[in-house]
Amino acid sequence: MRKIEDYEPIVGSFVVRELFELGKRLSGKVVQNINSTSVGGGVAEILNRMVPLLRQLGINARWDVIKGGEQFFKITKKFHNALHGVKVSIDESEFEHFLEINNENARTMELVGDIIFVHDPQPVALIERKKELGGQWLWRCHIDFSTPQENVWIFLEGYIEKYDAAIFSAPAFARELRIPQILIAPSIDPLSDKNRELTEEEVNSVLERFQIERRRPIITQISRFDYLKDPVGVIKAYRIVKKHVDCQLVLAGGPATDDPEGEAVLNEVREAAKDDPDIFILLLPPGSDIEINALQRASTVVLQKSLKEGFGLTVAEALWKEKPVIAGAVGGIPLQITHKYSGILTRTIEGTAFWIKQLIQEPDFARRLGKNGREHIRNNFLITRHLKDYMLTFLSLLEGKESDIMYI
Amino acid sequence: MNPFNFYTKLDLIYLTNRRARNIIELLEGIREAPGSVIYYHTHRFLQQHVYLSPEPPNDFAYWTANTLQETLLAEKLAAIDIIEFKTIMELKNKLVKTIEEYLLMEPEIRNAPPGMEFHFMKSRSFVLQTGYVANDLKEFYKILEIIDINSLYFHVFEARMRLGKIDNDFSIWLRSVGEEEAAAVVSRLDPYTFTLEGLRARILNILKRRLDEKD
Repeated sequence: MRKIEDYEPIVGSFVVRELFELGKRLSGKVVQNINSTSVGGGVAEILNRMVPLLRQLGINARWDVIKGGEQFFKITKKFHNALHGVKVSIDESEFEHFLEINNENARTMELVGDIIFVHDPQPVALIERKKELGGQWLWRCHIDFSTPQENVWIFLEGYIEKYDAAIFSAPAFARELRIPQILIAPSIDPLSDKNRELTEEEVNSVLERFQIERRRPIITQISRFDYLKDPVGVIKAYRIVKKHVDCQLVLAGGPATDDPEGEAVLNEVREAAKDDPDIFILLLPPGSDIEINALQRASTVVLQKSLKEGFGLTVAEALWKEKPVIAGAVGGIPLQITHKYSGILTRTIEGTAFWIKQLIQEPDFARRLGKNGREHIRNNFLITRHLKDYMLTFLSLLEGKESDIMYI
Repeated sequence: MNPFNFYTKLDLIYLTNRRARNIIELLEGIREAPGSVIYYHTHRFLQQHVYLSPEPPNDFAYWTANTLQETLLAEKLAAIDIIEFKTIMELKNKLVKTIEEYLLMEPEIRNAPPGMEFHFMKSRSFVLQTGYVANDLKEFYKILEIIDINSLYFHVFEARMRLGKIDNDFSIWLRSVGEEEAAAVVSRLDPYTFTLEGLRARILNILKRRLDEKD
């Protein structure tokens, strides 16, 4: 199991010491995390890492999962899409079933936390037991709420506003609420296979496997094959660059098996690539973390040309590897990139092509962006910062005061 | 001798429910914002980009330049010299006045593209002891060499602008132990024009000279 001290060479001894100091002040407090799945998905992945680390810091962190049948999860998937702005029809009986399952869980689940920390909309209505049980209740939104379908939002809002505070990942995802809203960005784990240091041999062996040349510039986008990640736009930008700069393009991502559009997007990408031998379309199976790590490390420029984005943590992953990144100014990306300081923000294919050329031809500038980017990630987007923010939130809730400065 | 306790601080960011799409809404938002909001948006870059030189300017200037493309106003907002203001409310008034003057020129009012609005936020500081205490100038120097950069930030920026002290904590302490000249030199520095590490090096340099004189 990973230890907090393992992060010390990366973030420094003061950061680790501060985490233990905060832990002391929360020693023995029960923080009960509740979500809807223990495997798969970003939330489970985060909790799998965070809960053991919080326990090492002295907090009695627990993790429980609500139970629900196929129908419940079909409904929550509809909620998920509706909150992302997709037009979805949800009828009264589906709202009722959602509440029934929540009530059933609220009755049967042991709710014991000094802080009950509920993640995402699936278990949101557990809050109905707050009056009876007391304690502090925290709701964490991991998804983009910026353009939700109105009826689903109104339904959820009634429950969210009963919590003591809500946490959002980016300002653009937040809604107008009558409870305190805290901004806590997600994070990457620098010790995970996707982000840890790799040897030259490890990087080269991945490139050899995919027959990508190391001696020519490599432009890479790692993402699902999804219209919103604009892979065809990436190919168009590459073609503009290719007129003057000999380079290769890597589009790598998982096959979007749960996305009916995935296949269509992939076909369009293949059609756009035609038989250009310098375009590599790589369908990576789940768990290809070392391959992704190696492809990012071997890249000259990394792209994330999204048209719409959640937080876009692939940007943080590439910046952590000191890569110059060009990304769409959407979702959580502007929090990770300050234009021309720690990366480049673009909005068009032509702009993306212009900056790819600049960064390939001006390696000193590209290097500076990469270096700044890595420091920005070190200070703001590593798991240690995420732990600190959670602990400050717990302290804030338990203290109950609203002052701008709190001596602890 | 009066010992110096090194504190440090950690931040938690709060959203305020308020956003601006254009300059008029930005002005209204600033007018109605409490000091904690103004403090956050004029000091965020310092803390999040401790390594950058030159740092990006305050959030108001950055958004005005990069999202609204209002370069004239952006330049005026970026040029506001924070060190010249003793309180956050004075700084707020200057921001308001700068935008009001710009609006008198009747510029075209452009809206930010959807999703690129300015979000007003504030930070809450959690202050804790580092366990480092200096009993004399030599010890102070040694601790300052190694102390976490957030501690330096707290004693220089937060003490003056957020806690409303007349000077930064270092100068106040130096004066209290009879180091008037070093206190005055540190006090005269414009800390907003350094990276935090650059500022640490500069203060160490001032103290080193004083220690050499004493030896």
